[in-house]
Amino acid sequence: MAAASTKGALASCAPRFARQAGVRVELAFAGSDELAVQIRQGARIDVYAAANTTLPRALHSERHLGRPVPFATNELVVATRPESPIRALADLARRDVKMVLGTPSVPHGAYARAVLARLPAATRRAILANVRSNEPDVKSTVGKLLAGAADAGFIYITDVRATRGKLAALRLPRSLEPQVVYAAGVAARPHAPRLARSFLRDLRAGGCQRALRRAGFGPPPTRG
Amino acid sequence: MRGWRPHRASFAVAGSGPTIAGHSAREATRPVTGTRPVSSRAIAHVGFLVATGACCAAVAVFLLVPLVALLGTVPPRAVIAALREGETVAALWLSLRASGLALALTIAVGTLAAYVIATHRFPGRRAVLTAVELPIVLPPAVAGLALLAAFGPKGLFGGALRALGIELPFTFGAVVVASAFVAGPLYVRNAIASFEQVDHRLIEAARSLGASELRAFLRVATPIAMPGLVASGAIAAARALGEFGATLMFAGSLRGSTQTAALAIYELFASDTESALALSVALLALAAALLAAAKFHTARARPARVTEG
Repeated sequence: MAAASTKGALASCAPRFARQAGVRVELAFAGSDELAVQIRQGARIDVYAAANTTLPRALHSERHLGRPVPFATNELVVATRPESPIRALADLARRDVKMVLGTPSVPHGAYARAVLARLPAATRRAILANVRSNEPDVKSTVGKLLAGAADAGFIYITDVRATRGKLAALRLPRSLEPQVVYAAGVAARPHAPRLARSFLRDLRAGGCQRALRRAGFGPPPTRG
Repeated sequence: MRGWRPHRASFAVAGSGPTIAGHSAREATRPVTGTRPVSSRAIAHVGFLVATGACCAAVAVFLLVPLVALLGTVPPRAVIAALREGETVAALWLSLRASGLALALTIAVGTLAAYVIATHRFPGRRAVLTAVELPIVLPPAVAGLALLAAFGPKGLFGGALRALGIELPFTFGAVVVASAFVAGPLYVRNAIASFEQVDHRLIEAARSLGASELRAFLRVATPIAMPGLVASGAIAAARALGEFGATLMFAGSLRGSTQTAALAIYELFASDTESALALSVALLALAAALLAAAKFHTARARPARVTEG
């Protein structure tokens, strides 16, 4: 089970891993928070890869997951359509802008709110007043932007890149940028413990790590 | 109450049902070899009853167990507590308003359309029937995409709507449109079936006595079809209450403006599972009440229908 934002990268590398190991890898993508609930409800999985470190850590402390390890970093950006007049964070506070965020429980929604929390209160309120929808996962947020239903949203730079030019990324100032670290862990009771551990290694340093880099993810932080 | 006992009994044999049925099938072939035809027919009959009983029990168990399990996980106190929270009340209220409006629109437009489709033969009638049925069977995501493609800002009618100053996505109107698109056809489809069951000779008689088309529709066909129409409306309303996929794609999810109970459940699922369960129970109870009320109405209306016919 993996965060929706890793879909493109993992869907491309997992088959190769499966061929090498001679097994079949089944992938399930959704909002990291939703996957965490499913694991709590007893979903039998091998590896959980989330778009933050807090959810895997929480699952680890609840004994649903082994010790999580960071495997990638990402960058939260403001995504708009290329023709959009939005050029700066302050533009998001304009009255005619329609915003989409992730729900507070899904990582990209939580990161976005962390960014907004660092803004002056008046700007933050104006931007929050422009929010038209809280989406359950990052792909659904991207969909609203692509459909033209919304003008701007906080998503990851990898998701902007995956749209191949249909969306443009507005980078956040360094002082506002949240630290986006992806962490993964092996389930407490995996079907195939050895394979799960080797997939985790692949995610950190093998073919899947290369696929993540190609998709625009950063390397895992040396100190997580 | 009588209905429950056979259920219980057949539930007890549900596990061994297939073998009994298989056995009776073998018994049934005996008459060909010529031994005791009457009793083997009786055994076959009993076998059939056991098999049907087992199937009924299996269906009931399969459909009810998840719902009972859902009820079992949430103590009634938790449901009441969840319903005291502003956000769940707001979501439920929004669902009710959207479903009610969608149903009202559907009834206003769909009843006459259903009557015409049911009582007239015209070219392309099958195509119309298929078009009515399609949204019912579409995956919700497809319905949502279709609505965006039609009424979204980049959609077919997006420009025309904007010229009128209307932007549907992310509005309460979008929730109503999504509900009407997904649940409305359920009403129309069943209303067509209800009007088809009206004895056409009654309408002919009304006409021959000088009633206008409109009068025949209002005074003859509609009252006779009413129990069916009420049931159709209840099913459509219940479906609209639960609408999720098309609403999320077309209307988004924002507390107080577009977040229906179903969307709130999905959001709460990830952060506050208990409230999600409590709200689910509330929604389930509401849908059950709707369907049951329609059943009671139909049951009471039946004698009236006989006297009218």
